[in-house]
Amino acid sequence: MKARVHVTLKNGVLDPQGKAIGHSLNRLGFPEVGDVRQGKFIELELAETDKAKAKARLDEMCRKLLANTVIENYSIELVG
Amino acid sequence: MKAAVLVFPGSNREGDVAQAIELVTGRKPQMVWHGDGDFEKTDLIVVPGGFSYGDYLRCGAMAAQSPVMVEVRKRAAQGVPVLAICNGFQIVTEAGLLPGTLMRNAHLKFVCSDVHLKVETSQSLFTNRYQAGQVIRVPVAHAEGNYFADEETLKRLDDRGQIAFRYCAPDGTVDGTGNPNGSIRNIAGVFNETKTVMGLMPHPENAVEPMFGGCDGKALFEGLVEALT
Repeated sequence: MKARVHVTLKNGVLDPQGKAIGHSLNRLGFPEVGDVRQGKFIELELAETDKAKAKARLDEMCRKLLANTVIENYSIELVG
Repeated sequence: MKAAVLVFPGSNREGDVAQAIELVTGRKPQMVWHGDGDFEKTDLIVVPGGFSYGDYLRCGAMAAQSPVMVEVRKRAAQGVPVLAICNGFQIVTEAGLLPGTLMRNAHLKFVCSDVHLKVETSQSLFTNRYQAGQVIRVPVAHAEGNYFADEETLKRLDDRGQIAFRYCAPDGTVDGTGNPNGSIRNIAGVFNETKTVMGLMPHPENAVEPMFGGCDGKALFEGLVEALT
């Protein structure tokens, strides 16, 4: 089974990188771009067929390593 | 005072801090490789600066899970003092030994310069040779030193006197002008609840000899020797 994990900064946490990306896009001729928030995308191959079990394990992985929950949120998506 | 200095792949200030320790104790600290979960007992553990594991995922995130840090967590829980500098600070926050986290500098640039710090308390192993309110000058060199914690944590840190140093202007004024990285409330260094673990972004180990532009960091190491010998 494949899993996709998205890690993003929590609301209320300043994201200067997102801001810089937004400014660059504005300068490049995309004035419609407002607030930009950037994050990480992690794809994992899992030796697990049970979706509920996989999700629980992924949740643990996120809390232990993949995300820093002081500043980041994460979302888990199971594929196939 | 017997000290251990941890070394991770990508550490680069371990030699500087080892020299500072040797300067005040007259003996070389033990250098401990990241895979060594069973090192000799010491009076102090130092987690030095650098770019452990290439800053993969987040600064300090990988190092925080290494065998040596599993052991450091155990010893810290038993009260063994831990001094964590720069990348070391990032590592121990990731390891859960200190509250908060270090984010990308607000201006997104690597900052390498001298900064002024206001000593918030002299009541600790690490700061007993300073006066509360004293202003010292030491260098910083980092891209991810922007301290952040939520309001509840910040209030707790303030109430319990867990702020060690704040960035300030040369005259001691704590405002935006002296803040090199956007750290919330100008926080440059914090303690754990028992004040046996201290993390800070600036490099006191690089301010111990006059020929390198100042000695204001030396008192930190002298204070540790006094407290731990």
